[in-house]
Parts: sequence; C-alpha cells; structure tokens
Amino acid sequence: MSDAVHSYGHGHGHDDEHHDEGAHGTMGSYMIGFGLSVILTAIPFWLVMGNVLDNPRLTGFVIMAFAAVQVVVHMIYFLHMNTRVEGGWSFMAMMLTIVLVVITLSGSMWVMYHLNANMMPHAEMDMGPTQEMRTMQNMSEMP
Amino acid sequence: MSSATASTDTRSYHLAEEPHLHEGHSTMLGFWMYLMSDCLIFAILFATYAVLGGNYAGGPGPKDLFDLPLVAVNTAMLLFSSITYGFAMLAMEKNRVGATQGWLFVTLLFGAAFLSIELYEFAHLIHEGAGPQRSAFLSAFFTLVGTHGLHVTFGSIWLVTLMVQVARKGLIAANKRRLMCLSMFWHFLDVIWIGVFTFVYLMGVLR
Repeated sequence: MSDAVHSYGHGHGHDDEHHDEGAHGTMGSYMIGFGLSVILTAIPFWLVMGNVLDNPRLTGFVIMAFAAVQVVVHMIYFLHMNTRVEGGWSFMAMMLTIVLVVITLSGSMWVMYHLNANMMPHAEMDMGPTQEMRTMQNMSEMP
Repeated sequence: MSSATASTDTRSYHLAEEPHLHEGHSTMLGFWMYLMSDCLIFAILFATYAVLGGNYAGGPGPKDLFDLPLVAVNTAMLLFSSITYGFAMLAMEKNRVGATQGWLFVTLLFGAAFLSIELYEFAHLIHEGAGPQRSAFLSAFFTLVGTHGLHVTFGSIWLVTLMVQVARKGLIAANKRRLMCLSMFWHFLDVIWIGVFTFVYLMGVLR
C-alpha cells in the first residue's frame, strides 16, 4: 500500500511516519504559535488603546507590521505551511494568492486614491448651479 | 505504422491496472486551493473596505462605533478556539476519541462565544442606527465582518457534523481527513481575523 502511494508519487519522496496529508504540529509548536500570537495580538491593542506612540501614522505602520508577522506565525505553527507540503504545490498556490492579494489591495487603493484626488467630488458643490440646473442648461444647449 | 503493429495490435485504451490513487490523496491540496480562492474573496472585501471605509455620509465613524475592549475579547475567543482545535488535532493523532471530541467541543464553545459577541455588536450598531444602510463605510464594514462571521458559522456547523461523524464511526481515515480540512479552515479564519481586527478595528480607531 505504502509502495503504491509512493510509486504514484506526489512529490513527498521520503516521508516515513506519515505517508500523506502534509505536516502536523506538536504540542510544543502549537504552544509556541499560541504564545507568539497572544503577544502579537496584545501589543497592537495596547498600542492603540493606550495611545502609546502618540502618532497615529506611526502606530498604523507598527500594527500593520505586527499583523503581517502574526499571519506568518499562524501559517507556520497552525497551518503547518512550508515549502515541502504536497510537493511544494501548496506553497506555490499561496505565493500566487499573495501576489494577487497584493495587486488587488494596492491597486484598488492606488486607483481610488487618485480618482478621489483628481475628481474632487466636493468641488461640485461650490460651483453654484445645482446638478438639475446644469442638466437643464446642457439640455437647452443641445441642438 | 499500422502494419508494423498489426500482429500485436492489442492496443489498450485503459490500463490493465488502474493507477492506484488511494482515496483522498489530493484532498488536502484541493482544500488548500479552496482556501486560497476564499482568501481572494476576502482580499476583495478588504479592498472594498479600504476604498469605502472613509465615506461616512455624515454618519458615525469608527471612533464613535467601535468598542475595542469587546473586539479584544472577541479576538481572544477566536485565538483560544484555534489553540483548542490544535489540541484536538494532537489528540486525534494519538487516536484518542474522547479527548478529540472534548477539545472539539471546547472549540465549538469558543466559536459560539465569538459569534455571540459579534452578533451582539452588530445588533448594538443597528440599534444605534448604524446599520449597513447608513453609509458606504458601514456597508463595507458589515459585508467584510459579516462574511467572516458567516464563515465561522458554517465552520461551527461543520464542526458539529464532524463530532457526530466521529461519535458514530470513530477516528477512521476519512474522519481524520475531514478533521484536518476543518483544521485548515478554522486556522485560516483566524488568519483572516488578524486582518480584520488590525485593518478595520484598530486602524479605524486610529483614523
């Protein structure tokens, strides 16, 4: 049975104790992950709730960094992600997803920021005539 | 070509012995693919929130609405449920049915606590007139956090289903595989929640 699995090979190669299903954690790795998560969660809440840094922009960057680190911690210690699970395909899929997520998030924010900056929706209000008046004006100018 | 092989033309279009794929050998990778696509859904919802999160329509903003101590308790509930699910997986590897079921039940309780707190928060916001229809900010907020809550709800239903399955069939290979899938799902939801509490709640109060 084990031979059949290996001969059909899903890239595991030598994997004696578990013939499939990727890696598992141990009590130690789960506790390390949990401890790190508690610390990485508590510090951002403390920073924001205690207003420790007294600089919203800096605090924002710091808590984003903490979140990024905590995501990695969860990936390693709880989701048992590494470059060898499923012959590396899980890792490849994750990398592709990260690329797509980064493009989606940064692209949306970039485009919409510039859209807001260039369109200046509030300028419309200072222009005197209301939307209906201008629409009527436009219509009257039509041939 | 055909003459050359005519004498031994027993060309077979299926192998005499089917490739022996043992059941569920690619389930974990397939489920991981699902999680990654789910991640893209959340990425889009996060992007929507990032774009619309500042449009209060003259209504209340994050500072007026978010109760950080409550969010901290909520975060703790989800984190505890993650580690107790980890304990369930460790018990499962040792084939201890009772311990596995016990830890799964504790996980379920933490998950239910998380959902209760979130529903309380939503009800409180709607009661204050800050429902999803109030402003673009609140629409995006309810969609993002609500989608996550919906995932936790379905994860809890799945958890109950698996507890029944384990109770009836024991820790057979299929049940172990299902429990490992739910493990990935559950931890994945905790990863998404890191983004929610950082980006929505903490950054919202900072703004």
